[in-house]
Amino acid sequence: MPLHHQPTRSAAHPVMIRVLHWVWVYAIGCMVFSGWQIYNASPSLPFSFPRWTGLGRWLGGALAWHFSAMWLLALSGIAYLAYGFTSGHFRRDFGIPTPRAVSRDLWSALTFRLGHRLGHYNAVQRLLYLGVIGALLAQVATGVAIWKPVQLGALLSLFGGYPSARNIHLTIMFLIVAFTIVHVVLVAIFPRTLVSMIVGTPAEPKDRT
Amino acid sequence: MNGPRRLPVVKFQDIKPELRQLQRRAFLRTALSLGGLALLTGCDLSTNSGVDAALKSILRFDDKVQAALFSRRCLAQTYPPSAVTRPFRFNAFYPEWQVRGVPEGWRLEVAGSVSEKTPWTIAALRNLPQVEQITRHICIEGWSQIGRWSGVPLRAFLQRIGADLRAPFVSFRCFDGYSTSIDMASALHPQTILALDFDGQPLAAEWGAPVRLRIPTKLGFKSAKNLQAIEVTRIFPGGFWENQGYDWFSGL
Repeated sequence: MPLHHQPTRSAAHPVMIRVLHWVWVYAIGCMVFSGWQIYNASPSLPFSFPRWTGLGRWLGGALAWHFSAMWLLALSGIAYLAYGFTSGHFRRDFGIPTPRAVSRDLWSALTFRLGHRLGHYNAVQRLLYLGVIGALLAQVATGVAIWKPVQLGALLSLFGGYPSARNIHLTIMFLIVAFTIVHVVLVAIFPRTLVSMIVGTPAEPKDRT
Repeated sequence: MNGPRRLPVVKFQDIKPELRQLQRRAFLRTALSLGGLALLTGCDLSTNSGVDAALKSILRFDDKVQAALFSRRCLAQTYPPSAVTRPFRFNAFYPEWQVRGVPEGWRLEVAGSVSEKTPWTIAALRNLPQVEQITRHICIEGWSQIGRWSGVPLRAFLQRIGADLRAPFVSFRCFDGYSTSIDMASALHPQTILALDFDGQPLAAEWGAPVRLRIPTKLGFKSAKNLQAIEVTRIFPGGFWENQGYDWFSGL
């Protein structure tokens, strides 16, 4: 009887991460585009977002989307943090990179010599992912502060009062959108990463010979 | 003699390319509309679609969360007189030139679950205890401004008219066609007042003469101007904007 003792390599992205990733695409998409529609009701900067990008068609509709999708974002965020800490995902993949590793990987990235191994994060990736996780946490905090500026007055004062918190909320949105653009461009350069975020592509060995 | 005027005949074949182009453009716009993440661009609370129904039920859930977060002891931040925004921005569901003057023989009517239903004159309201506040008025659109109002605490007024303080809703009807309603807990909050003065002067027409609600624990559209009647009720009253889709609680 033939025995199958082939060593199985674990997926580059566990199923939990793959599911959460696509939940976020939807939830953050809803938050950003309804947010643009809300911003357009009273722009605090001398520009508006193009009307066709808005979600909800008018302020009331956009707020309904924003205050609905926020639950999806919050719940999936909590699930991710719980998973990240308990599964060892944070410890294994998101150790804070040293400045030397960042400058080394950034240099190889800019000179197109940085290899990409499915299932492993180089220093630049770590920095970007840690950054966007921090930005999302700050975005939830500023969002909650301008949602409940009286009941959560202490949180609001952390961001310098209502108008200031509103501007920080807008600024972080731009950072998250900027991350998303870089992220999508990199996926376009390495299309197999898109496949690995949908089906359980096995992780690649860390060092290829 | 002239024959009947012939209308130019346009055959489908003649405009087919143009039609197709228009069609393609419309399709492209739908596809591009990033709001259409799942072809949901049409969902804006104005239809009876399943998505709109889901959004509305989540808003009702949000209202419960907001009511649970609300604390009667938690006060809105107050500011020094120097922080008052000048000039103060006018806002209503109509432009400023349509502001209505106080009707002849105006009285503030009270209705619903109250034991004393005599209408109130301004003089009678001024005889009640007065409080002043300098607070931030935050509009649902995102802008905000700091103003100074004084008047009768709504709590004192409701007690005075023998209102049933266990009734869940207090509703406000205005003589400019506006209406809104709030929960009883927020109505009894110490900073919820029937404002008679704005910035040290009796309310001018554009600021809600002769009496308006001022409630700094809720979004601006809840601070109804030009009041005509107050009703304490057990039946959900809705309101001008609330009926169109703004979330009812709208607490800050």
